[in-house]
Parts: sequence; structure tokens; C-alpha cells
Amino acid sequence: MVVTTIYLIVYAIALLVIISLGLAIIFGMMRVINLAHGEFIMLGAYACVFATGAGSPLWLAFIVAAVAVGLFGIVVERVMVRFLYGRIIDTLLATWGLSLFLVGIVTTIIGPRGRSVQTSFGSVDIAGTNISSYSFVLIGMAFLMIAITWSLVRFTRYGLIVRGTMQNAEIASALGVNRGATYMVTFGFGAALAGLAGAVLAPITGASPTMGLFFVAKAFINVIIGGHLPITGTLAAAGIFGSIDGVVSFLWSSVVGEVSVLIVALVLLRLLPMGITGRMRGGL
Amino acid sequence: MIRLNRRQFFTTATGALAFASTSSLLTRAGIAQEEPIRIANILDATGGLNIYCLKQIKATAMAVDEINANGGLLGRPLELVFYDSQSNNQLNSQYATQAFVRDKVHVLMGGVTSSSREVMRPIVQRFKGFYVYNALYEGGVCDRRHMCTGLVPGQQIEPLVDYVVNERGAKRGYILAADYNYGQITSKWMQKFIREKGGEDMEVEFFPLDVTNFVPVISRIQSAKPDVVWSALVGDAHVSFYRQFHSTIGKDEMLLATGTYGLGRENATLSPDENEGTIIATSFFDTLPTEAAADFIRRFKEYTGEDDYVSEYGEYGYRGMMLWAEAVRKAGSAEPDDVIAALDGVTFDGPGGLYTIDGKTNHVVMDVHIATGNREGSFDLVKSFSQRQPTDTQAVCDLEANPNDTTQYEPEL
Amino acid sequence: MYPEFAAHAADPPRWWWWVAVAAMAVLLIAAPFFTDMAFQLDTSIIFVFALLALSMGFLWGYAGILSFGQTIFFGLGGYSYAILAIETGNTSLAFIGGLLVPVLFSVILGYFVVYGRISEIYLSVVTLVVTLIFEKSIRSTSGPEFVIGSVRLGGQNGIPGIPGLSLPGMEGAPLSIEGVFYLAGAMMLLVYVGLRLILLTTFGRVIVGIRENERRMELLGYDSRRYKLGAFTLAGAVAALSGVLYGAWGNFVAPEMFNLNQAAQVVIWVIVGGRSTLIGPIFGTGLVQYLSTWLGTVNVGQVTVVLGAILIIFVLVFPRGLLPTIADLARLVFRSQVSEK
Repeated sequence: MVVTTIYLIVYAIALLVIISLGLAIIFGMMRVINLAHGEFIMLGAYACVFATGAGSPLWLAFIVAAVAVGLFGIVVERVMVRFLYGRIIDTLLATWGLSLFLVGIVTTIIGPRGRSVQTSFGSVDIAGTNISSYSFVLIGMAFLMIAITWSLVRFTRYGLIVRGTMQNAEIASALGVNRGATYMVTFGFGAALAGLAGAVLAPITGASPTMGLFFVAKAFINVIIGGHLPITGTLAAAGIFGSIDGVVSFLWSSVVGEVSVLIVALVLLRLLPMGITGRMRGGL
Repeated sequence: MIRLNRRQFFTTATGALAFASTSSLLTRAGIAQEEPIRIANILDATGGLNIYCLKQIKATAMAVDEINANGGLLGRPLELVFYDSQSNNQLNSQYATQAFVRDKVHVLMGGVTSSSREVMRPIVQRFKGFYVYNALYEGGVCDRRHMCTGLVPGQQIEPLVDYVVNERGAKRGYILAADYNYGQITSKWMQKFIREKGGEDMEVEFFPLDVTNFVPVISRIQSAKPDVVWSALVGDAHVSFYRQFHSTIGKDEMLLATGTYGLGRENATLSPDENEGTIIATSFFDTLPTEAAADFIRRFKEYTGEDDYVSEYGEYGYRGMMLWAEAVRKAGSAEPDDVIAALDGVTFDGPGGLYTIDGKTNHVVMDVHIATGNREGSFDLVKSFSQRQPTDTQAVCDLEANPNDTTQYEPEL
Repeated sequence: MYPEFAAHAADPPRWWWWVAVAAMAVLLIAAPFFTDMAFQLDTSIIFVFALLALSMGFLWGYAGILSFGQTIFFGLGGYSYAILAIETGNTSLAFIGGLLVPVLFSVILGYFVVYGRISEIYLSVVTLVVTLIFEKSIRSTSGPEFVIGSVRLGGQNGIPGIPGLSLPGMEGAPLSIEGVFYLAGAMMLLVYVGLRLILLTTFGRVIVGIRENERRMELLGYDSRRYKLGAFTLAGAVAALSGVLYGAWGNFVAPEMFNLNQAAQVVIWVIVGGRSTLIGPIFGTGLVQYLSTWLGTVNVGQVTVVLGAILIIFVLVFPRGLLPTIADLARLVFRSQVSEK
């Protein structure tokens, strides 16, 4: 019982982290509301489906998906988003248009039918309950994504630049930082994380053109309540919501779990309208 | 792009897209000069609901072509006016009105979800038209201007439960259902029949349509250790359940029986392992071992150039058109009131078996087949039940006694 | 800060504006005589949505508050009307109730966001999150235990079979499609004129002043929070009216009224039409709605591809909306013509 509960909580948190981190990076670093985030996840899922379909092992498919969607993100940034910095409403609109466009294009080119990743993961028996082995992959990937992001931001020169730009873009620019390039790479990175999320989810949810919708609202709420620090905020919000969802869904039902999460979100919004990390100055 | 072979696209005066058979076909049939009979087809070609509709759209068009090639209906060509409601219920409202007011159709076919049907029925009533609902739903609609050609729980769930509980001996069941009226009502029927057949329904759980994380419920199922898991899950997101079930529990441990699997062509999406062994009850599946079914699939593939799984929903489009056409022939007129008066007893020998319209409820008596998933993305027949009556709707609806009824009844269970 | 907003808002409208409004009214009255029911149905929904767009456009363009949550009041208005109409059978009562409930909530929500002094972007985002919360909550109410009075909330499916609105005292005789057309059109015109006139009052001027520079208005002695709350509530009331009319138009309400798609659509209407005027949102709604409806009847394949592309192009090429851009072009042409002389 205890094992099951811990497992469910960790799993729910990991799921939230995976789908939110990319959006958090883009929102936290650049104040861009990317409504096409769900579709980046979708593209990542398809990339995984096709890569594994072509015979690549799963871990390689993850990398392919991340890279492919990351590059796509950079293209989107260059072609569209970079003209709209500072215009929050316009980026929201443009990314929503992009989201519609992508859903339509994918349906037209690939077809509306869902696709699967052909994998065979068994299950392991832990303390009497069967746990799907893939759950460990998912939880592991959540850790990995956080670790990679944190290391990049904390230990690399790029990370330093990004943090500086986040704190004060004007000064950073005055110090010689190429703001445009920073934003471009950051957007690409956020997109890559979304693509990776899609790839990780693909063995469970498959890939279908409208799958983005299942995730974007949850990711959005998580990011907003997390506040503007991408890593801390995402972890904090995911921790809260994941625990609630995991426990309540197990004790009662999925429906009650979802509603409880929403009620808590509402309460948190009232208490901390800028998000959990909204008033924190430094940190990630 | 909805590309259909041997079809000619043109727009009607209102701008709606009309499909008509090519002029060469009409000329050969000798009906090119006659005043067409118009059919409105309102379905979702775009948006989340299109996984149910795309095959049905084409099957309906194929039926129209076949009828026209054989001399049309009452010597007149059929013309199909298609509207894409884009999975947006508000458009159903607008297009249904447009169909009657501007395109002056003789019959309206379409709608997938119950909410779309409930939006369009009052409009059909207002314009004194006729509405054919080609879908599987929760039953109970009692409306003489409405006819449903798909399965209702009384027909589908009872034989399924009987087979699983009695022949497979799986008495203890755990029910999962989609959280909206169809799932709610279907789960009640499952409970009722399980108890009647001597089984035990341990638990019922509902899932909103966008849930993809079934890990918690699978844990609960593992603790409960039922003999069978009953699924009335619906839609794209819920497909995840079948994957997660397979990777965690597996069908060797417990049976998986469902009334909704296959409708969204899940069998074509999942892997052979995940599809194998799932028990369904359906009125049609692609590999039903009858000549009628094989012939239909062959003609459909030839007509559309598509090779993938067609599904029950696809076939509904075909049977809806054919049944209505039979009623028109019997009535000798395409006018809605004449057709409605002629409905009772109309039959059509279709891909899934013999279909008969029950005039008391305007639902269809049909053969129900129990099948299990196989490794080729389709199903294998286990047994067939012939001519199952829509008992659930018959229990609450009598259109002969109350012709002005327009209610949807909900079962008291 | 908003260069396109001249100080003209507080000027009384010119004579030709009144002529245009009167002409619109005449067109409205005459329309059912030379159009069919399908046209009236399609156009009434445009009027209904135009009200929703007006509520957002007014709040954003003139009060400077960017709210993605007008759908909250839209949905609440629709659902309140639905529940009251089915429960009591008195559609006039339902109409009033349908306005009151959302307005009450808009006061509460407005109080939180305005008096909480949260930053602009967070205000916008909070309104969006709240509407999503409503959507998810209502979508979970499919079970038979979720009833208000005798009305099932219906969850995913919403509430169908809502009685049509009837004039007070004529219960049982709901308005025809033509009647709804008149009602929606009249409401839209009245609200449009009303909002325009409100801008002339002290309240209106203070609101615009707050939009321009909140600190300055406070230094002048105005409690900006009270005025912002007032504007928020007013916009909420307009959105609620839109919701009630939506329920009366289609005889159904559904959780989709609260969802991300609907919230984004409102923004699109205002953006396309331009937010520096009141007529802009109306125009934007008409254009986008007509386009969506028309696209479903011609074979363009996936409609979303076209809509999405249009949206992206609009944002990049016409950032201020169609009307202001057209107005600019017209001014350019006019001025060059004048200078030629």
C-alpha cells in the first residue's frame, strides 16, 4: 500500500514535470506563452514513432525527437516568434495559430489515425504490486530532463548568459550578449524538451494529431502556478499537483483527482498570484 | 483532402460541398436528367472526432454511387451535400438549419456524439424532416423523425456479458467507463447484465475524455484482482489504457471485454500484442467471415483506394444510406413524412447481416457478433447472435402509441 | 504607451456615427424580409459572439486590462440561463438570473485580481487559468449526482434542450429564429452604443485615464482599483449577456464555452478587428466566424490549416488588426490625394 502510493505520487509528479518543463523554460526565460507547446509534444511523439518504426532503439528515438523538435523550434522562433518579443498577446495568438496549423498539417500529411510505438516492456513485481517497467523509464527521464536543464543553466557559459538575460536583458545586452541568439537557442531548447516529452509519452499514449490538447492545459496551469523560475517552479508545482493527483486518484477516482488539483490551483492562485516562485529573485 | 474516386465535386448554390456521381455514371444509369434527391451529411472531417467519421463519410458516398449506378432511387439520382462540423457542436446547429432551409434536403444523416444528435433533433423536428443517426449510442431516443442504425446497449451488452460471464467463466468484473452520458449509461447496463447473469460488478470508475494516465486505476485493479475488466472507454486519450493494461497486467491474468473498442479503430493503432485477446461485441467488423462483409470491404477498398481498417462506424454510413433508400422505395416517395410512415419492417441485407427497422422505436434489429482481437489488427469471430432487438429502447418507447414523443429516456437501473 | 489610442474616446460621437448606427438599426429590422432563416441563424450567432468580443475589447482597449477570462462569464451566463430556464420554465427569470450570477462572480474575481495588485501579465494569465478550471470542473460533472435542482449538469455533453427565450408574459411561445435574430442584433447595437456613451461619462474618462497612466490618476485622487473593478464587472456583464443569448440561440450549453479554444477565439476576434475601437471587435468577430462557417462547407481539407495560417499571417502582417490598418491606408491615400492638390 505504501509502496503503491509512493509509486503513484512519483509517477504523477514525473508526468507533470515532463510535459511542463519545456513550456516553463520558454515562459520563464522569455515571457512567451507558447500555445503550440502541445503540438511540439505531438511532433516529438510522431518522431519517436517513426524513428522506432525505422528500427532505431528507443533511447535513440528520444534523442532524435528532441533534436528534431528543437530544430523545428528554432525555425519557428526565427520565422515568427522573434518579431513578437514583448508583445505577449501577439505571441499567444501567433502560437495558437501555429498550433491549429500543425494539427491540420499533420492530419493532412500523416493522417488522423493514431500511431503506436512498438515496444515490449514487461512489468516488475515490487512488494506485491505489478509495476510497468516503462514507468521507471518515464520517471528516470523526468529526472534526466531536470538534471540536464539544471546543469546546462548552472554550469555552462550558455547558462550564465541565459540567467543574465533573464534577470536583466538590457544590461546583458549592453555587456555584449547577443540577445537574439540567446532567445533563439532558448526557444529551441524549450521546444526540444517538449519534443522529448512527446517521445517519452509515445509508448503510452501513442501519437495522434490532436493529442496536444490533452497536455497543454495541465502544463499551462503547472507553469503558471510554478512561477517564473523554470526549474524550481516546475518542480514545486508538479510536486504539489502530482502528490494530490496521485493520492486522490488512487483513493477515489480520476475525476475527483482532477477536480482536486484544480481547486488547489485556484487556492494557490489566490494566495500566490504570481506563482510559487513569483516573488523569488534569484535561483532557477 | 477528401479524395474520392470517380466523383465529381461541385458546390451547390449555398456553397456547401456536394458529392454527386459522375455524369457518365448518371447517364449510363439513365437518370442524369432527373431532379435529384438530396441528402445532407453532417460529420466531423476535422478535429478530434474525425477518427470516427472519415470512413463513414466515404462509405456513405460509396452507397450513393452504388444506388445511382443501379438506376437511382425512384428513377432519380441521389445527391449528397456534405458539411464538416469540425468537431464543433455549434456548427451542427447551423449546418442542420442550412441543410433544410437552403439546400432543401430530403433527409439528414450524421452526428457522432450524443450531444450533436441532441442539438440536431430539435432542428429536424422544427423543419419536419427526417434524421438518420448512424452511430452507436446509449439508447433511449424516442422520436419518429429520428432513426438510429447503430447498436444500443440492450443489443450489444447483453450477449457480451452473457458470453464473458457464462462461457468464459469470468464472474468478477471491474468496470471502466468514459465520463459522459454514454459511458455512464453503458456502465449501468453492464452492471445490470452482469448481475443478471450471475456475476459480480466489483467497482465502476469514470474517466474524463482527456485522461491518458491510467496508472492509478491499474494499481487498483491489481489489488482488486477481478476476472475481467470491462471497458466503456472512448476516444483517443483512452487508448492509452489498453497499452498500459497490456504492459502491466496482460490478458493472461484477466480478460478484457469492451463495447467501445474498435469504434475508433483502436485495433489498427495498437500493436498485435495489445490487440490480441480483447473481447468485443459488434454488428460489423472487417474480417467477419461472411461473403457480404468481405464483398463490402473489397468494394470499399476499390472505391477509396485506401487499404486500412474500415470499422463498424464506417459501415454504419453505408447501411444508413441503404436502409433509408429501402424505406424510400417502400414508400414510393422521398418526402420525410412518407418515408417515416413506411419505416416499420424495412429490411436490408448488409455487410454485418440482416438489418430490420423496428417501427416502434425507429431503431434497427441486427446481428451481434462476439469477436476477439487477433494479431493482424482485426478480430476473429467467436459466435454470432442473430437479430438482436433493441430491448432497452423498446422498454421505454412506443412510437405507434405515442407518435409525438421526442424524448430521450434514460434507463432506471 | 498606446499610440493608436488618440484622446478621442471622450469626445461625443459625431453626427455621422449616429447616422451609421441608425442605418444599422434599419438594416437589422429590414433584414428578415429579404434573407432566409439560415442566414438569420448564422448572423445571430455572430451578433452573440460580437457581444463577447466587445466585452473583451472594451476591457482591453479602453480599460487596459487584458483578460482572457471573458469566457468565464460567457459560460456562467449560458449555464445559469439553462438551469433556470429548465428548472422554472420562466425564461425571463432565467434571462435575469443568467446575467446576475456571472456578474456576481465577476465582482468576486475582479476583486481578487484588481485589489490584489498583481502585475498585468499575471492578471491575464490568472483569468485564463480560471476559465480552464471552470472548463475542467464542469466537464467532470457527467454523473447523475451532479444536479442543480432537477437539471443535470451533464458534464462533457452539456445541457441540451434548453427552452428558447420568450418575451415576458408569453411563456411557452419561444422566439423564432427571426425573433432571436432581432434580439441578438438589438442587444449588440444597444451594448455598442451604450459602451460608446459610457466612455463619455466620468467613469469612462477615468477608466481611459487609468489605462494611460494609473499612477497619475491615483495622484489625482481617484481610487483606480474601484474603477478597474467597475470596468471588469461591466465587461463581465456584457459577456454574461452574450452567454445567455448563446443558450437561447442554440438551445444548448456545453463546457466548450469555457475552454482554451473559445478563450483564444475571443482574443482572435478582437485582434483581427483591432482593439483601438469598439467597432473593431464586432467586425473581427463577423469576419472570423463567417470564415469558419464557410470553410466547413468547401473542400479545403483540414480547416484548421487555413485558420491557423490566417492567424499567423494576421499577427505578423496586421498586428493592429484589420480596421486600423485599413484606416491607416485610407488616411495615407486621402492625405496623398489632398497633398496633390
